[in-house]
Amino acid sequence: MYVPQILMPALFELEKNFVSAQEDTDFQKKFHDLLKNYAGRPTPLTLCRNLTKGTKTRIYLKREDLLHGGAHKTNQVLGQAMLAIRMKKKEIIAETGAGQHGVAAAIACALLNLKCRIYMGVKDVKRQSTNVFRMQLMGAKVISVKNGSGTLKDACNEALRDWSSTYKTSHYMIGTAAGPHPYPTIVREFQKMIGEETKKQILEQENKLPNSIIACIGGGSNAIGIFSDFIYDKVNLIGVEPAGHGIHTGKHGAPLKHGRTGIYFGMKSHLMQNQEGQIQESWSISAGLDFPSVGPEHAWLNSTHRAQYVSITDQEAINAFQSLCREEGIIPALESSHALAYALKIMKMHPQKKQILIVNLSGRGDKDIFTVHDVLKKGKKNESISDNV
Amino acid sequence: MNRYQIMFKRLSLLKEGCIIPFVVLGDPSLEISIKIIEALIENGADALEVGIPFSDPLADGPTIQKANLRALSKKNTFFEYFQILKKIREKNEKIPIGVLIYANLVYNQGIDNFYLQCFDSGLDSVLIADVPIEESKVFYKTANKHQINSIFMCPPDADKNFLHKISSYAQGFIYVLSRAGVTGIENKTFSLPTSFIKKIKKYNSIPLLQGFGISNPKQVKEAMLSGLSGIICGSAIIHIIEKYLNQEDEMIKKIKRFINSLKLSSKLK
Repeated sequence: MYVPQILMPALFELEKNFVSAQEDTDFQKKFHDLLKNYAGRPTPLTLCRNLTKGTKTRIYLKREDLLHGGAHKTNQVLGQAMLAIRMKKKEIIAETGAGQHGVAAAIACALLNLKCRIYMGVKDVKRQSTNVFRMQLMGAKVISVKNGSGTLKDACNEALRDWSSTYKTSHYMIGTAAGPHPYPTIVREFQKMIGEETKKQILEQENKLPNSIIACIGGGSNAIGIFSDFIYDKVNLIGVEPAGHGIHTGKHGAPLKHGRTGIYFGMKSHLMQNQEGQIQESWSISAGLDFPSVGPEHAWLNSTHRAQYVSITDQEAINAFQSLCREEGIIPALESSHALAYALKIMKMHPQKKQILIVNLSGRGDKDIFTVHDVLKKGKKNESISDNV
Repeated sequence: MNRYQIMFKRLSLLKEGCIIPFVVLGDPSLEISIKIIEALIENGADALEVGIPFSDPLADGPTIQKANLRALSKKNTFFEYFQILKKIREKNEKIPIGVLIYANLVYNQGIDNFYLQCFDSGLDSVLIADVPIEESKVFYKTANKHQINSIFMCPPDADKNFLHKISSYAQGFIYVLSRAGVTGIENKTFSLPTSFIKKIKKYNSIPLLQGFGISNPKQVKEAMLSGLSGIICGSAIIHIIEKYLNQEDEMIKKIKRFINSLKLSSKLK
């Protein structure tokens, strides 16, 4: 809990209420009812029919993109909104990068009658304008953050600042398994059904556990959600960080493998920082992965080598995005495209190996189509220039 | 007696409040920053609180955040900051000097190495803005090893448990917050209730200074009358720096006048 002293009572209050809610059968019943009858759980586990042709690999997608709201984010915001009500808070503060958590927060607040304000970096407001509109439609106030790099990191700082003056009436709904204790635990517990369902579904479909589970890592919530039920099983857990323009360029968002331990955003974890300890700006084509740190449980899984962390570039993610659209008729979020790209890499490395890979398709890609469109258009332009030369 | 104790004793005899200005080292540049600090010392500062620039100062409001970014844009090193602090100490033997810093910078230097540098530079105290008392153990122990006082903040809604805890940790002075939130200028006068101040004093014997939102002499007077030992003022000074960024002489003149006005209003006689 590396936060200004003023926030400590708010964190203690949250911890106390979370612990009691976990033991409260009424709370759990209501939460699971919302997940089932409002959000649409369980989500399917879809076998890819075409992507793996000519290989012995079977790739399954855990379809969090089909959850109401279009991403896994809806799971935990429902839990946190219920916690806020339990603490008698009437306002929600949230931050968002890609807008998926912002949309989920707005959904939960509309449903449960909570006031909602969402901080979003000015750059992200521009690149995720459809999500901004969705949040506004559901009654949330979107506050554009111009400080610093104008991305998720700055939105997080601003949300924490807001909370430090309003914690008596507001709850800060952190969007990922990061931040000060108890947030990483809360978010994991409210996301762990992804892994529980996946285990049940793969055993039903294949009668055995998969070889690997692959998930993208920004803050790490979808990954910890799907990993958590497999941590003590003989399954490879693979987290995929964004390599952005390439690790060597410095324009990436891969603190786990290419950062070092530090203290930021209320937690001690891996960080992108310069020699002096100043936090560096991250980069990813996917706004949801554009964060210079990562949840502390991933730092632990990395240090104990229980999970393996790798990285995928913007271009590789876009290629995977296109493949899934074309081959399976599914538009994945750019975040999830990173995980898929790594699964395809494994498949191509060992095409004749019998293996089962599960990719957590953490969200749908409608929000990213304009970004991808711009990249492809730029690529085509360059192609025709070189053709003419 | 350490420098804080000597200063508070002297002020108590003189029936004066303690005025501690806060500035970010290197804002707007190291050269001008040194001139600002000298102007503050010569015109009424009883002690100094110096911010070490950090990229993400989340306990601070927009004014101080911008000051941090202005300083960082000059790309000075941590080593340079401490060289400057050492020089300020050499020139001013008696004034207590504390730094305000964020945890990552301390951790990045190595906790022991950081406090050793503080000792070598002649610093008296360290306040880590994002290390609450509950997480302070390792920092506190190392600070003590190097004879550096640890400064803690006391929220305006602190309960008995917290007041009891802070009483066994606090050194130098207790930084009592006027209000919840982050640093910044307020036009309102934040008088902490006398009953609350009495409650803190029941558990703590060291001086209490009020910070956050202090921007004018009237607030200083109010703080003194409510039983506090003085104030810490940051954003209001940094606001002057920001306003006169390209007029150095005017900036220094205004800062001198401002700190002097705060000091005058702290005199109870």
